[in-house]
Amino acid sequence: MDLTLSPEELRFRDEIRAWLDQNHPGPAPQDTEQNFDFRLAWQRTLHEAGYAGIAWPREYGGRGATLVEQAIFNEEMVRARAPAPANILGLIMGGPVVMAHGTDDQKRRFLARILSGDELWCQGFSEPDAGSDLASVRTRAERAEGGWRISGQKVWTSYAHRAKWCMLLARSSDGARYRNLTYFICDMRQDGVTVRPLRQITGESEFNEIFFDGAFVPDENVIGSVDDGWNIALATLMFERPGLGAASALAIRLQLGELAGLIRQNGLDDDASVRRRFARLVVETETIRLNGYRGLARAGEGVPGPEGSIVKIQWASLNQAMTELAFDVQGGAALESDSTWAYRLLRARANSIEGGTSEIQRNILAERVLQLPRLR
Amino acid sequence: MRFDLNDEQRAIKDAIREVCDARASRGEGAETDGAFWSELAKSGWTQMAVPQEFGGQGSGLLELSLVLEEMGRALVGGAYLGHAAAAVLIAASGDEQQRPRWLPGLATADGRAALGQAHNGGALLVDASGAALAVIAGPETAAVLDPVPGALNEAASLDVTRTLHRVESAGAERLRGDVDRGLDRAEVLLAAELVGVAQRAMELAVEHASNRQQFGRPIGAYQAVSHRCADMLVQVESARSAVLSAAWTADHEPEQLPFAASVAKVTAASAAWQVAAASLQVHGGMGFTWEYPIHRYLRRAAAGARLLRSVDHHLDRIADQNGLGAEAVAAGAVQPAYAVP
Repeated sequence: MDLTLSPEELRFRDEIRAWLDQNHPGPAPQDTEQNFDFRLAWQRTLHEAGYAGIAWPREYGGRGATLVEQAIFNEEMVRARAPAPANILGLIMGGPVVMAHGTDDQKRRFLARILSGDELWCQGFSEPDAGSDLASVRTRAERAEGGWRISGQKVWTSYAHRAKWCMLLARSSDGARYRNLTYFICDMRQDGVTVRPLRQITGESEFNEIFFDGAFVPDENVIGSVDDGWNIALATLMFERPGLGAASALAIRLQLGELAGLIRQNGLDDDASVRRRFARLVVETETIRLNGYRGLARAGEGVPGPEGSIVKIQWASLNQAMTELAFDVQGGAALESDSTWAYRLLRARANSIEGGTSEIQRNILAERVLQLPRLR
Repeated sequence: MRFDLNDEQRAIKDAIREVCDARASRGEGAETDGAFWSELAKSGWTQMAVPQEFGGQGSGLLELSLVLEEMGRALVGGAYLGHAAAAVLIAASGDEQQRPRWLPGLATADGRAALGQAHNGGALLVDASGAALAVIAGPETAAVLDPVPGALNEAASLDVTRTLHRVESAGAERLRGDVDRGLDRAEVLLAAELVGVAQRAMELAVEHASNRQQFGRPIGAYQAVSHRCADMLVQVESARSAVLSAAWTADHEPEQLPFAASVAKVTAASAAWQVAAASLQVHGGMGFTWEYPIHRYLRRAAAGARLLRSVDHHLDRIADQNGLGAEAVAAGAVQPAYAVP
């Protein structure tokens, strides 16, 4: 056990830190569309420096970083308050799924443009009636000349209106559950695809609904085998960014620094109950960081295991508790809705839903780590 | 950055688990822990906490923590914890005269030390029968009571796996070195023991939930039960991460230990109590019977959390270290907002 960075890891960290110092794009614009363009430009900057595909193998234009290096990279990005690249879904899900299950032709067509940000990706998995129970998607794929016709509705799709490609899970046969879905790469720029923004409780629109009405997907855009989409989708969902635990802990730590300032401003730094609530948040943040790094050691060189659910559950409830404390210490000022903390208070409610609800994460821990009997 | 045990550390963990399992299979409990102590001393386990220059093995706090976690899991009485905690306290907080005076004795089979808690002007000693000396800890002090009086005044112990004795501590000699350092190191060992308590309480809950049938199914198939168990896992693994990190920090980056030790104590104390309480709930009425072992874990968790410094003491220290302390603000120790060019 060694919790210090090795000389190589230190060199890597210093390289990233120095590069971020020189190339940080400055403050991000508030407007949603301008913000997206800003992040797209940022991805091009990252790509030119060879950092867009930090986790990708070198043969596909990536950096081939180790799990620890990926964690360091993510931490440094957070530390510098750098934005996330625009094509994040292509980088962490689309690319890896093409590398793992795609044909050589698919790799040639898709991978380089994911890295450069020339083609943006979105994910069409969830539906109004298929959330946690993803295998019950109803969007249909019907055989057509040279490919498939897609009809149905997807929901909670980020960046759908800017995306060129959609990772789409659709029902391709009436076969048994888990054997009736196919994983498609669907072109979003065609008739038969309609994108409608969803307004969320914060008032903004990060997510969309997509309506497919006979949209066409050629055979060469099927990933893996027909009717084997469930297994591929499951694998996709495991491509969580390693080291996310440490980076998300650091993001919260930076906000805890702001919160300490807010507590002092409101004259509550001597209040025993506020101090202890605050200290509990600090403790939880530190255990997320440690669980994140410990998970990397357990994952070794493979894909992170079900233990990742531990960090996901902790992070969601920590972020919610932190924004609640910030709300509680502000007095009357909390009534005004245009503050950063008011936004965070509302946005944090999604943390225990998005990316697999905390209930689903607990199912995963109960069934796959503790080996408890399954209800289903 | 490698957050896992090496082969040697794994071997220590396996070996001490075997020793603890053998004790359990003989059906031994608190009443025979005196004999168990001799067995541990004979195989060298009790010398780990004493520095080499004083005749011990000078093991790292990480290795000691691995032993303590297994002891907690097996609910071995407190003699080992008390002895190890006393040894690290004297080694870290004793001065030039005090260390050579007491530590060589602690490396011998007859030199058992006990841990005590300052209380109402006197002290409560944990598992002190047969101990040669005791280290009495207060929030900011540590003092050695040498010798432990022959006739001890027994008190009813909340933790039925340990004995408790009231003593006058007027004659105890204060450790004159860096007391915080010793208390922090001892706290890590206590936290390690509490992780073992939480671990075993969780195992018992999972075992019971997998076997107990109600409404025609094992109760662990119901999410009201399985999610409770999943929350136990989150707490146990977090506490284990915190303890391993604090122990490593004590050995390699001691200047960072105050924060790491506080995080370890808070997470391990919370995990032990909450997991034991949740495990009792999963066991239903059976968990409320004297015969069933879960209450022993609950009692150990409650008592363990109150040894050395309180959780609230640590939370206050963490608040001070992270931007809510007067000195921290003056010294600019607040997490800096990173400049965006």
